[in-house]
Amino acid sequence: MRQVGIVGVGHTKFGKSEVPFIDMLCEAALEAMDDAGAKTGSKNVIDQVFVGSMGAGMINRISGSASAVVDALNLRPAMAECIENGPASGASAIKLGYMAIASGCCDCVLVIGGEMMRVVSGWEATDFVATMLHPEAEYKYGITLPCFAGLFTRLCMEKYGVDNRDLAIVSVKNHENACHNPCAHIQRKVVLERITNPAYINATNPIVADPLRQFDMCPVSDGAAAVLLVAKDKQEELGFGHKKFVRIAGIATATDTHVVANREVPTDLLAVRLSAQKAYKMAGMGPEDIDVAELHDAFQILEIAESEEVGFFPRGEGHLAARRGDTAIGGKKPVNTSGGLKAKGHPLGATGVSQVVELVRQLRGEAEGRQVEGAKTGLAINFGGFGNNVAATILTTK
Amino acid sequence: MAIIDKMEQQLRPPTIGLKPYAPKVIPLITGEDMLVREVTLEEIPLLMETIEPLMKQPKDFYDIVASRIYAELLGMYRYRVQDEYCFVGAIDGVIAGIVNGRFVNEKVGMSYHTMTLKRGLRVGAQLFAAKMEYHFDFMDQDEVWIVAESPIGFKRWMIEYELEPRPQCPHELGGVPTYVLTRALWEKHKANKNVGIRPAFEDVVEANKVLVKPENIVV
Repeated sequence: MRQVGIVGVGHTKFGKSEVPFIDMLCEAALEAMDDAGAKTGSKNVIDQVFVGSMGAGMINRISGSASAVVDALNLRPAMAECIENGPASGASAIKLGYMAIASGCCDCVLVIGGEMMRVVSGWEATDFVATMLHPEAEYKYGITLPCFAGLFTRLCMEKYGVDNRDLAIVSVKNHENACHNPCAHIQRKVVLERITNPAYINATNPIVADPLRQFDMCPVSDGAAAVLLVAKDKQEELGFGHKKFVRIAGIATATDTHVVANREVPTDLLAVRLSAQKAYKMAGMGPEDIDVAELHDAFQILEIAESEEVGFFPRGEGHLAARRGDTAIGGKKPVNTSGGLKAKGHPLGATGVSQVVELVRQLRGEAEGRQVEGAKTGLAINFGGFGNNVAATILTTK
Repeated sequence: MAIIDKMEQQLRPPTIGLKPYAPKVIPLITGEDMLVREVTLEEIPLLMETIEPLMKQPKDFYDIVASRIYAELLGMYRYRVQDEYCFVGAIDGVIAGIVNGRFVNEKVGMSYHTMTLKRGLRVGAQLFAAKMEYHFDFMDQDEVWIVAESPIGFKRWMIEYELEPRPQCPHELGGVPTYVLTRALWEKHKANKNVGIRPAFEDVVEANKVLVKPENIVV
């Protein structure tokens, strides 16, 4: 297969968008195109645009956004398709972009992930996210993602000894990292004692879904991110020879049961493990080769559990690694240098692309203030549903 | 002169006699300490000056809230509103939030506004709780009438406190339907909503003796 890599990245400031959905997508896309030096109109070399978004049709009443972006950016007659795979839509769009180039179907693909969630209230956003749950067995009983995360956390507490302070440690680390990421939704340092002290925890860190508190989960964000993919054998010819080629070494998705209750071991995130294993195999690498990772911490417990499932730490010891500072910048396995979903924000469809943008910046040595020294290989895990459809991506400059 | 003074006395509203609100320290997630305390009459012009630029900021309805607080504070400063009070949340003297209301009579309170000047730290939530604490725990009221002018306010008060809808009650701010925080609801929620350390640390009180206008308000 042809080698596929990234030559351009773009990222809006996550938070509350001041511009409409399509404009927000275009902003990220233009930044990625400018980064790579891609032209529009008669000089356009982009064959295909994929847009990953979960709720544009449902929340924003906008469908066919990929076609709209192609027209708005004067990329006609590039092919255009929208990808919906829950919160893993972004990584799935990258995977399809990779496949389009690797197969020889395209030479250059623009992938954009975006979501505009803050136009609705918090509970409407929670309800919309819950539509990916099983409609009969879960959704209709009022189960939401915070519900599942609460149940999952409680099981991990009982089985592995994770406690609330461990979740807060992960949260504080990610908030610290986000302070150095100008695109992060929340750029504010958080003091561990202030969100764990029983004397005032209910005020600073109120309970949301027992045992989870506000700082144990991500905010609702708007935002978009974009990457420009190109075939290695066409990089020079298409005019991107001056850019560092960040190769997609491995990319895979895996699935698990739709109904969470049907899982054999409810504390296992099988799709995370399988997607990571497939990506490792494709890359000819293992967890020991990863210098930096972006893990899908929609809930802080997920960063801990995923760090185990991808093989960074033994099962049941992810929280111990967090306590030791292994996942901090400067630690053995830096995780979520961008601030993660917790502080960078989580515009669903944008997240998978945003994670890859952060890895590219790390591998190019451009992550100012949060750079992992000497990072050459990175892993991203984009988690869909409550782990029923997960994408793993490995990037490298080796 | 004497005639004017006498007339002025006629224009000033009577009072039920407001009790002092004991200042308290609210620990913030950033590691900072916010002092919640009453403002003096002399400090009101500074508060008005602080919020004046926000009267033209439409984001999250800051314009309408700032305009109304401005008028309410002016009314208080000029002795034209009965039993109005105003608290401030301050961090190292810098104003982080403003909250106000008034007393209709001994048993019924009228919540006016809550405005956050330093966002993302739950300043507004704490100030609102302090306001309700004043009505119920200091002034021993039965209920407080509340309206919201922004979706954020509606979420924070109407939903989180499970306020009782009572649209037939004519709130002074008019327009939107009135909701009521009853004593029963306050007792149900106050353990989770109302925090603070009393007596306030002396150094924090000292640091917030003189109020300072924030240099740059980003809403």
